[in-house]
Amino acid sequence: MNPYRRSLFIKIATVLVYAFLYTPILVLIVFAFNSSRTNVLFGGFITQFGPLIMDGSTVVQSPCGPFHWFCELGKNAEVMNATKNTLTIAIISTLSSVVIGTMAALALQRYNFKLKAFSQLSLYIPIVIPEIVMGIGILVLFSQVFTFLNGAFNLAGDSRLTLGLPTVIVSHIAFSVPFVTLVVQARLQGFDKSYEEAAMDLGANELTTFWRVTFPMILPGVLSGGLLAFTLSLDDFVITFFTTGPGSTTLPIYVYGLLRRIITPQVNALSAVWVLVIFSIVLLIQRLQSRTA
Amino acid sequence: MLKRLRENKSSQGTLLISPTLVFMVGLLIIPLILTLIISFGKRSPDGNVIYTFGLHNYIRILGISTDCPGGQAVCFDPLYANILWRSLSLAFNSTVLVISLAYPLAYFIARAHPIKRNTFLFMVLVPLWTNFVIRVYAWMMLLRTQGVINSVLGWLAGLVGLPFTPLEMLYTPGAVLVGMVYEFLPFMILPIFTSLEKIDNSLYEAAADLGANPIRTFFRVTLPLSMPGVVAGTILVFIPVMGTFIVSDLLGGKQVILIGNLIQRQFLDARDPTFGSAASLILMAMTLIVTFFYTRKFGFGEEIVAA
Amino acid sequence: MSEFAVELRDVVKRFPTPEGGEVFAVNHVTMQIKNGEFFSMLGSSGCGKTTSLRMVAGFEWPTEGEVYIEGVPQGHTPPFKRPVNTVFQNYALFQHMTVYQNVAFGLEMEGAGKQEIARRVGHALEMVQMTGMERRYPRQMSGGQQQRIALARAIVKTPNVLLLDEPLGALDLKLRKEMQLELKALQQKLGITFVYVTHDQEEALTMSDRIAVMSQGKVMQMGTPVEIYERPNCKFVADFIGTSNFMEGRVKSLESGRASVFVPPLNAEVTGFAAENVSVGDEVAISIRPEKIRLADKPALTQNCFEGTVVNTSYIGSDTRLHVDLNGMTMKVWEQNKISSLDPAAYYTVGQKVWLTLFPENTLVLPKE
Repeated sequence: MNPYRRSLFIKIATVLVYAFLYTPILVLIVFAFNSSRTNVLFGGFITQFGPLIMDGSTVVQSPCGPFHWFCELGKNAEVMNATKNTLTIAIISTLSSVVIGTMAALALQRYNFKLKAFSQLSLYIPIVIPEIVMGIGILVLFSQVFTFLNGAFNLAGDSRLTLGLPTVIVSHIAFSVPFVTLVVQARLQGFDKSYEEAAMDLGANELTTFWRVTFPMILPGVLSGGLLAFTLSLDDFVITFFTTGPGSTTLPIYVYGLLRRIITPQVNALSAVWVLVIFSIVLLIQRLQSRTA
Repeated sequence: MLKRLRENKSSQGTLLISPTLVFMVGLLIIPLILTLIISFGKRSPDGNVIYTFGLHNYIRILGISTDCPGGQAVCFDPLYANILWRSLSLAFNSTVLVISLAYPLAYFIARAHPIKRNTFLFMVLVPLWTNFVIRVYAWMMLLRTQGVINSVLGWLAGLVGLPFTPLEMLYTPGAVLVGMVYEFLPFMILPIFTSLEKIDNSLYEAAADLGANPIRTFFRVTLPLSMPGVVAGTILVFIPVMGTFIVSDLLGGKQVILIGNLIQRQFLDARDPTFGSAASLILMAMTLIVTFFYTRKFGFGEEIVAA
Repeated sequence: MSEFAVELRDVVKRFPTPEGGEVFAVNHVTMQIKNGEFFSMLGSSGCGKTTSLRMVAGFEWPTEGEVYIEGVPQGHTPPFKRPVNTVFQNYALFQHMTVYQNVAFGLEMEGAGKQEIARRVGHALEMVQMTGMERRYPRQMSGGQQQRIALARAIVKTPNVLLLDEPLGALDLKLRKEMQLELKALQQKLGITFVYVTHDQEEALTMSDRIAVMSQGKVMQMGTPVEIYERPNCKFVADFIGTSNFMEGRVKSLESGRASVFVPPLNAEVTGFAAENVSVGDEVAISIRPEKIRLADKPALTQNCFEGTVVNTSYIGSDTRLHVDLNGMTMKVWEQNKISSLDPAAYYTVGQKVWLTLFPENTLVLPKE
């Protein structure tokens, strides 16, 4: 029996589901090249290079040609600022959660301690409660603590504690750590203690053992955990929405704000760039992983 | 110091876990407790919280009202109960729809040649890398009255010479359903794939050998063995659908108000955090109860991590 | 330098159970392993042999008692400070390192120079006949090859004591037999102490200078393979090592190491070698190996001779193995086929009456427990 035999029904369903997954994205990217500023209908590509010429709401000619909206995006200070915030948050929270989560995975997989069962259980909380519950919980915490501290220390004006980048970063670490831990833990499950014991037996102390043996072994897991944390952070809307303040707008928050007002093909250009960038990062990480695995 | 640490394996473990515990307790457990405390409180005129103890917020959500139009002492106000019910049924419908779309695809990938399998899986992930909000926006573009779908339909109608009035698709419950299905479909495909991939080919052969035709093999062997994946996927889909407010906000407009929108508005527009906290805890209770009964019936697979 | 390479003095190891209790993995074990000796710890799983070895390596610390290596009490010395090396059951070869890197790892930790490392790694690989494999990764190798690399990695540091935890357990029978001989040869060539953990009695008997038979965290008997097989000191060891027939009875008299035991089913006395801790009046087990029972048509002695009926025979080439019913007791008897014959009359048949002779020097009187 051919193990790879699949019925016609399955094949048709597969094509349809892939079409469902990709149509919106293709439409999104095609409209990034839309000559129509209102972006309701596709007005054709911008074909002419040269100084900007508009015909009503249609772009006839642009210095960037078809990439008009990408250039506009680059000139948009709000977008650039949101990009900076998004990346800052993602990078800091990924690095922190990778370190913290890897430590936790080692603790849970290699050691016995008092709060072990509780710790393991607490990691499932972010998975089994809706994000909005976590988001407003953190909002309530910060607002109550800040109100209290601002009152207690008579903070006013700029020194007042408010929501901003730090609160977003801390919240992102909180929801990323469980995912990193579970991924690294899954990787550690495949290895028994004997590798570490062998290293120690050959004269390596705990630290050397970790860096020379344990870490290289779990590196693929650490990388996938990091990639997961990074994409979760980039993608996050809900938690950021509740923990962000003025000046710490991220791209998803910015886009959400735009969608309730006017939408120009800039948003599409942003989406296209976004897909391309993450696609490259993932490919890179996969390369790294296949080399270390 | 180092020597003592080296000899005490338990404190090494505690040391390694402590940063995680700080985050889990500080940013998950304490906030939840705080939410609970606040849900018993009252809103002050300036939008702050007055700490009291009362169940008034919960009574309000459940629809027991003392402000009755007919002048009775107590009556039922279905406003919030309707929102809860709408959220629950939307989550249920989305999950069922997601399973029925995800299963064939997962099955296809699981039985693809190993070399091609990774590419097919990769293709499931790519849509996830556009942003959540951007994916909703894509559907706005498709579903608008002057949007892509209507344009294509109009063009097709023009080809065969039929009259065409654009369909009103955006800002309907259907749009929200499609948006939810689209957002969370990959989270169902991955765990189902993982559990299908684990099924040893010899099991199919054994079933065939024992006289089961392909359809019976599917229902007696494949489906039961892939249930852990379906369960994990359901958890990964049902819970976020219950709590999401952007999809309904952007694709449902004022038509479709879900519990997520209700909570969000309490914190931003209506400014009653105490009622919002109560609603949030009701939401959590609903998801936990559904998850609990569901996993108790079907078990809780490790597939959840695989996704 | 101490006379003993490794010594365990009254060592106890308890582990907490998930239920909150404690179990004894090792229960008051004392062992002295001499320099240059091939010493085996033999027992079934859970007997404490691996835990004992791990306490010598330093992966576990004794709850009570002390482990000495070359006369030095180890206390809570971590593994990387102990002068012993280990060959692991699953080899524990670092998958992300080449063979060369694996073998060089221990020398690197010592801070040896590049050239010295290259020389010593080359030598170690030569010892295990794995020269030329330096650049391979462990996963590209067969089980037997991985086993050799694990061995090279452990001996490259020239430890005085090499600990081996069932190193041949994962190999197939034929390869295992080959490796047994090679290991023994290697030990003699290196002249270092091997402490070898195994559950395979044949392996232990073939390779060891001395064996400790362990059960339930205790050492039941320690001695040379011949001592262990020929003079087991208790019923457990007689039963665990090789095959034995047992009869139960009570000691009637004891004289210069010979005991006379009354066996009720036979309604007669059986004489045999008494173990040390047997005294008159004790309930004892009489043990005799199947190959040491003489079968004949007629009684050969006036005592220790009993008539039985053959109930079952199986011809296995070198031997014929019979079950003989002796007043309700089934005795296993292995007769060597010393004469080549096709005549069925040359072999015992089922139902035949036979006389069994239990020579007193082959018969052991052991405490029953």
